[in-house]
Amino acid sequence: MAALNEEQTLIRDQAKSWVTEQAPVRKFRDMRDARIETAYAPEAFSAMVDMGWTGILVPEAYGGSDLGYLTFGLILEELGRQLTASPLLASGLVGTSALLLGGSEEQKQAWLPKLVDGSAILTLAVDEGPRHAPAKTALSAVKGGGGFVLDGSKVMVLEGMAATAFIVVARTGGEADSEKGLTLFLVPADAKGVSRSARATADSRGYADVTFAKVEVGADAVLGKLDAGYPLLDAVLDRGRAGLAAEMLGTASQAFDMTLEYLKTRKQFGRVIGSFQALGHRAADMYSGMELARSCVEAALQAIDSDADNVAELCSLAKCKMGDHLHLVSNELIQMHGGIGMTDEYDAGFYLKRARALEAIYGNQAFHRERYARLLGY
Amino acid sequence: MTASATKTEHGSDLEAFRAEVRTWLKDNFPPALEGIMPMMEGGADGSHAADLATWRDRLAERGWGAPHWPKAYGGAGLDHAHVRALAQEMGRVGAINPIPLLAGMGVTMVGPTILEYGTDDQKQRHLPGIASGKVRWCLGLSEPNAGSDLASLSTLAEDRGDHFVVNGQKIWTSGADISQWCGALVRTDKTVAKHKGISFLMLPMDQPGVRTRPIKLISGASPFCETFFDDARAEKDDLLGELNDGWNVIKRLLQHERASQTSAGSPGGKKKAGALQDVAKRYVGVDSAGRLDDPDLRSRLTRHLMDAAAHKLTAERIAAEAKGNPQVGAAASIMKNSATGITQARSELLLEIMGQQGFGWEGDAFDADELATVRDWLWGKAISIYGGSAEVQKNIISKNILGLPETTQKG
Repeated sequence: MAALNEEQTLIRDQAKSWVTEQAPVRKFRDMRDARIETAYAPEAFSAMVDMGWTGILVPEAYGGSDLGYLTFGLILEELGRQLTASPLLASGLVGTSALLLGGSEEQKQAWLPKLVDGSAILTLAVDEGPRHAPAKTALSAVKGGGGFVLDGSKVMVLEGMAATAFIVVARTGGEADSEKGLTLFLVPADAKGVSRSARATADSRGYADVTFAKVEVGADAVLGKLDAGYPLLDAVLDRGRAGLAAEMLGTASQAFDMTLEYLKTRKQFGRVIGSFQALGHRAADMYSGMELARSCVEAALQAIDSDADNVAELCSLAKCKMGDHLHLVSNELIQMHGGIGMTDEYDAGFYLKRARALEAIYGNQAFHRERYARLLGY
Repeated sequence: MTASATKTEHGSDLEAFRAEVRTWLKDNFPPALEGIMPMMEGGADGSHAADLATWRDRLAERGWGAPHWPKAYGGAGLDHAHVRALAQEMGRVGAINPIPLLAGMGVTMVGPTILEYGTDDQKQRHLPGIASGKVRWCLGLSEPNAGSDLASLSTLAEDRGDHFVVNGQKIWTSGADISQWCGALVRTDKTVAKHKGISFLMLPMDQPGVRTRPIKLISGASPFCETFFDDARAEKDDLLGELNDGWNVIKRLLQHERASQTSAGSPGGKKKAGALQDVAKRYVGVDSAGRLDDPDLRSRLTRHLMDAAAHKLTAERIAAEAKGNPQVGAAASIMKNSATGITQARSELLLEIMGQQGFGWEGDAFDADELATVRDWLWGKAISIYGGSAEVQKNIISKNILGLPETTQKG
């Protein structure tokens, strides 16, 4: 744990007790069993809004508290522990970051207060295929009627069913698969021509496929620079990656704690199984991996807060190391629990399913190793 | 906020200290020693002997050879922030503190343990010598039949009233052939459980009952020795800690050892060759997109560089969390294993990158970096064995940090 100030400690403790008491993994199970299309309990998100979590990144002038990404990460970590479902990461972090980094004064004034009070939910619509590849954007935006006409579709949009608006990555120029010629647009979910359908996924999180059929938007819908949106998109994605990594840290911590508890209580051959060295050493490896991954996650969040020049490098490092670690811990969780871990009645499976989804979102480990190598110039 | 007020006060005090150090270095550091590693008396080739002796004595006079030790015992009584500032200022002018190297295991391990367990008399007799860089210490711990299972050691110390008579053999005693003193674990009671009959003795090496023999390793010459005690004598006054309480003394000492082995990197310090990815580009070449022209190597190189970055960030985090006063504890096991894994992986990668040029043993067909690579690679196999093997560290983590039960039942 990073050296926290008093306020951060307070917020972390508040998040921990709220999540444990009000939104434990049992609530996630209820939500899954109820097959709610938006994949979260509205009252849980309302409580988060009331606690000020949607405003953590937002300056006071727009109704927020401007406490920064490390603080946000502390909350996401606690939510990740209990798989608490909400659009907090997708909207409160990713959507909000896009406005903070690329929004005009008018856009900020129009959107930020609504994001803070929960009346708007803004999520990023970026991927078009099965693998995260932001440069491979084909959805087109063509100038027309004083604005633009968007045509194309996005898949697996995070919290896409809950969104009241999307940030849509569109091609306004450049060659196919090029980082050049991309533009970000703010598009209301109820705009004419927007349609969406929920994806039923193994991890029971909210995802939607969204189609934009000749959707007309005004020139003021452009977020950031026309034809040069990639650097902004990259910066927004990096903030999302650091946030995801914080959530993953919580998910992995909980999976490890469950495993350790089981090692200390489950008896076979007349002794607790944690006394077998083959398991003890694997537990030691997991614990060490956790400490190393945590450092990467906190460093990425702190780098964003201090506007360091190695944010991209650290965000790829954090997402990748955390991904590898969560992958390991989620598999060991099932293996060390044995048969009980395979049952739906037990929670272990939730963590395994969520782990793989988290690894893939905004770039899996291979994506980030490739990016890290490019950033380091080899 | 009170915390920031204190910080500012502390900060201005630190700045004044830095200025003092800078002035002092200008007057006292022999410029000829810039970047010279004093592995041996006089530096690697002996050409700097006079300058090194001067530099050592001047540092010792200020107590800056072991700056965190109390002034009374040859240190300067500095807190962690000041020690760091001192090291940074010295680094700025390429000045290396030779005293921890000249004192062998004295500054890093024996000294801190004497500070914790020693009597006033022991502190006064032993610490100033270590802090001066003039008295070198070795450690007699492992034996041919007591490696990872250190507590099964059999070197015997018999009580002869005012002294002990010591008989037995130690192995892996680094620098025993050039040390003046040895801290040795010996058996003082054979009738009790193995951990409970061990004591920690300090004995002079210059006596008829002590003989050493250097050990040649797979990597060539090494600082390791075998040390033979044949009716060697240790004074009663040089028993560190209580009689038969040596196991607790050594556990503490080994934590200091692990703490000193937690920095990852190439064993011989920074090589001229530069960053690993640059070496790789030079030997392997790049494709039209500037990528290393070996995708498999490139991927594994990235994993390694990420591991190294994570390790470095963790060391920084541990320091930040301890608010500038890192505690030596069980976390050292995590960092030791991480550091050794990274260092070994780096050597394997370098060897692979250099291809057939990486196998050179000696001669002009290989450049200095290539020759160093093969020696570092071989030497590096030792780092996951000494100071408690990687497996022993995992036992410590699972038992002491995670609270899992003993993994071994025999005792």
